[in-house]
Amino acid sequence: MGRSFGFDEFLYLLLAIPWTLLLSLGAMIGGGILGLVIAVLRVSPYRPLRWLTTGYIELFQGTPVLMQLFVVYYGLAVLFNLQVAPWPAVLLAFTLYSGAFLGEIWRGSIQAIPRPQWEAAECLTLSYPKQLWYVILPQAARISIPPTVGFAVQLIKTTSIAAIIGFVELTRAGQLMTNTTFKPMIIYPIVAGLYFMMCWPLSLLAQRLERRIDATLGVKRHF
Amino acid sequence: MNYVFQFNVVWEHLPELLAGALLTIQLSATAMALGLGVAIVCAYGQSAGPRPVRALISGYVELIRNTPFLVQIFIFYFSLPVIGIRLTANGAALAAMTINLGAYASEIIRAGIEAIPRGQVEAARALGLKPLQTFRLIIIFPAIKTVYPALASQFILLMLSSSVVSTISAVELTAITNSLQSTTFRSFEFYFVATGLYLAMALGFKAALSTIYWAVFQRGRAA
Repeated sequence: MGRSFGFDEFLYLLLAIPWTLLLSLGAMIGGGILGLVIAVLRVSPYRPLRWLTTGYIELFQGTPVLMQLFVVYYGLAVLFNLQVAPWPAVLLAFTLYSGAFLGEIWRGSIQAIPRPQWEAAECLTLSYPKQLWYVILPQAARISIPPTVGFAVQLIKTTSIAAIIGFVELTRAGQLMTNTTFKPMIIYPIVAGLYFMMCWPLSLLAQRLERRIDATLGVKRHF
Repeated sequence: MNYVFQFNVVWEHLPELLAGALLTIQLSATAMALGLGVAIVCAYGQSAGPRPVRALISGYVELIRNTPFLVQIFIFYFSLPVIGIRLTANGAALAAMTINLGAYASEIIRAGIEAIPRGQVEAARALGLKPLQTFRLIIIFPAIKTVYPALASQFILLMLSSSVVSTISAVELTAITNSLQSTTFRSFEFYFVATGLYLAMALGFKAALSTIYWAVFQRGRAA
């Protein structure tokens, strides 16, 4: 028999949580910057830019994250001759992944702003970038908050996949503990519970924000 | 960049990759059918069941939606044998995919049910239909029709996340790619082609799901 599952083992799992959160936060920030660029280009008046960003979104939403992870991990090694540690590859892959999802979410928010807002801004002789920056984006940002929080939940869950290429976050820590203690019936439910404690408050927050924004916008939501 | 791409070794193993893709398609299609069944039952339970049943179903939905799929697979494959439920790799993969999809899809269908005008339900009751009849004859078809796009993208997400079941040695596309790249040392090429296959499958499923929509909801049905 291996080690028993006691407090030290539980502590080991807890100490892996910061890695899950850091990875999620890093990907959220990197993906946020990328996503903003993608969203803005996606609604730009220039057709090639729209095609390019649409293609990017389709590509990353139409392939498994695990494959993206592998391609980035081995691609860095092959294309740039970089033998990188798992973490930069993982962070880059999740940044590209969140860029696509956030870009699509924010495109929706931008396009939800009524057309007359653009026209009014144009009548004030604002240039296109200024119309976007001063008039459209501040309004779009408000609508985009609930789905963005919802995506954060999705991202936290998705970072578990980094365990497969050996990045030690919560799921990988669970695997390692299972290998030493042979107690999968205790450890994996605990791991699931820890994820639940991270995600559930965010899910509730997303729901509440959505209701509040609907109320202020006077949207009658059927869903 | 002094790396020489060699895709011919990938083409030599194309039959094996396609066999893996076939298992991915079979697993996903079966999980879609079963998961939809689970979702419809849950949606009925939530709209017409007594309070404890409703609480149980929302517990299930929230638990699944706030934990990573990878951990759910580990629980099905590694934890359940401890309490005597032993599943094969494919069985565990299918069970995890079904349970996972069931939770997400039931939430989507519930939104569709809430969008049904109350008058329809009241009219059904006035005609003397029992709750189950009302659900089966009046509610469920238009509800699914309303949310069909959301449901279809959830189905495709499921197909993509099935790549994660490679970790429990279910030999679908990702697992086969893993073993081929480790024997040929052509990691990037194999993952690149496998990613392309996933993209093709995503587009294929999208087309198939649109065909199903047309066949079920558009043809000869004035709904």
